[in-house]
Amino acid sequence: MNFFLTIVLDGLIQASWLFVVALGLTLVFGVLKILNIAHGSFYALGAYIAATVVTMIAARGLPPSVGFVAMLLAVALIASAVGWLLERGLLKMFYGRDEVVLLLVTYAVFLIMEDVTKLIWGVNPIYATQPYELFGNLEFAGLYYVGYDLVLIPISAAIGFAIWFGLNRTVIGKIVLAVIHNEEMSVSMGVRVNRVYAIAFAFGVLLAALAGALTAPKISMQPGLSSDVIILSFAIVVIGGLGSVEGAAVGALLVGLARAASVHLMPQAELFMIYLIMAAVLMFRPEGLFKREMARRI
Amino acid sequence: MTRKDLHPLIMIALVVAVTLFGRVLPTWTLSLATVAASNALISLGIVVLARTGNVSFGQGLFFAAGGYGVALIANAWGLTDAVAQVIVGAACGGLLGLVIGPLIARYSGIFFGMLTLALSMVFYGVLVKTTALGGSDGFNVGRPSLFGMSFTDPREADFMLYAVSVIVTGFAGIAATILFRSEFGLASLAVRENNLRVEYLGLSANRIISINFAIAAVFAGASGAFALMAQRHIDPQFAYWTTSGEFVFVAVLAGNQSVAAVFVASMALELVRSFSNLYLPNTWQLVLGIFLLGVILFLPRGIGSLWIKDRRKRRVAADVSPAGGAAS
Repeated sequence: MNFFLTIVLDGLIQASWLFVVALGLTLVFGVLKILNIAHGSFYALGAYIAATVVTMIAARGLPPSVGFVAMLLAVALIASAVGWLLERGLLKMFYGRDEVVLLLVTYAVFLIMEDVTKLIWGVNPIYATQPYELFGNLEFAGLYYVGYDLVLIPISAAIGFAIWFGLNRTVIGKIVLAVIHNEEMSVSMGVRVNRVYAIAFAFGVLLAALAGALTAPKISMQPGLSSDVIILSFAIVVIGGLGSVEGAAVGALLVGLARAASVHLMPQAELFMIYLIMAAVLMFRPEGLFKREMARRI
Repeated sequence: MTRKDLHPLIMIALVVAVTLFGRVLPTWTLSLATVAASNALISLGIVVLARTGNVSFGQGLFFAAGGYGVALIANAWGLTDAVAQVIVGAACGGLLGLVIGPLIARYSGIFFGMLTLALSMVFYGVLVKTTALGGSDGFNVGRPSLFGMSFTDPREADFMLYAVSVIVTGFAGIAATILFRSEFGLASLAVRENNLRVEYLGLSANRIISINFAIAAVFAGASGAFALMAQRHIDPQFAYWTTSGEFVFVAVLAGNQSVAAVFVASMALELVRSFSNLYLPNTWQLVLGIFLLGVILFLPRGIGSLWIKDRRKRRVAADVSPAGGAAS
């Protein structure tokens, strides 16, 4: 029983940060129809910035709680600026091209970001462990967990709810949904689609970077971080059905639980477990679990 | 076929000329050109497939299947002949492609790409965990020979590899050109435009995609054999997604109008990579990314559009539209 609970809790912890990353990816795909390969780079960017801020704060002798809040604020600010600039300065030039071409544009951004992070932060692993002790250790049904890990679960649930609420219950969300549903019609109704694109992309980058910041205290930041994350979040959004918030949640849960289960039960399968699930889901539902219904144009 | 198209015999002459040109090239260009030619081969497969509107992000699967197939057979039975190795590689890739192609043909767009990527990553995971195959370190393979001759002089060995890869890739290119001009090749283009209309015409879009997929897998398998011969080492990196990504990279740089463009794009990529590696060792990915963005921005139809202007565009439009017209 305890063993089972361990798997579920580990899976939930995994799923929580993966969900935030995947949410950004699915939002960008939903609005801009771009499968953003550079998404993992934004995750890495967030993690690196968080590490820098946390180390700076700790060096001043301030408590780790200040570091935690400061890193989230810094990452949110920088990431949304980076997202906005990238969309307005670069992606804008490629709209209307083939989806594979747009994919390659983001691949180029991924390559560029790889070297930029290496230039700024070097190739040696860096750490930001101070906030990890922030919430102490918690006992949960006879199991001991680092509080920080467990706190991630409600945080990501709250982020997910905020995005869902924003999309479905606010005016801005309705406008975004209108753009997703029918761009031409939205333009003719006076929606500034350009701005919606920029906001959605900035939000996507923000979510990826935020997830990076939240996991930064748990991991070591080093090159290769981004390509691992991108492949995981791709799997999640593809399982869930591209562009769907619910899909991202279910996908993240599936991938998180599967990873945790394979770590505990079959360590040798960990690497390809996710792809097996993805291939299995696609075999039965070729467009993912939560596919948006679309009229077929002939 | 119009008058302006190159006759296959002229293309064969070109391949022979390029092969002989290798005699006067300096050694470092020779190995660069070998890599470029074998990358062009796999990217050519992606172009073949992309004409149906589907792009595979998992060509590394067939690349690795070809490479591992050849490596295992070479080590078990002492098969060192370069040509035989290429055939074995192509067969390994092709067989796998025949199995996977029909399964995957019903997907389209992003999902096609993602599923191919997933399959190749499953393969990557299996390879990393298989200790019998050397796990993540892979294993070494002996030097290839040709028709019973072994090459100890490095320059001769490099030239042999260059010659074999240029000739094989060249003939694959000629075959692809003939395929593109054939009825089947044009039907493939029609699948990309509108697969429903193709079905109404009584052709099976799935079948067309499966066949193109198998052809791409054959090219990828042969390319894996070349990569193995050039490095004399194989590891799971062959199946990793960034490997596959680079082949798509070349295919998109080239555009799908011209076979020759694939070779030029592959060579250009290798040159950019090795020069930036040489002069900017820490920022070569940065240079590569900017180069890619530049090409996509300024040559929207790929490098091929530098010499294939509107002529080809008009012809394709003329060839495809009667089919569309009949369906509507």
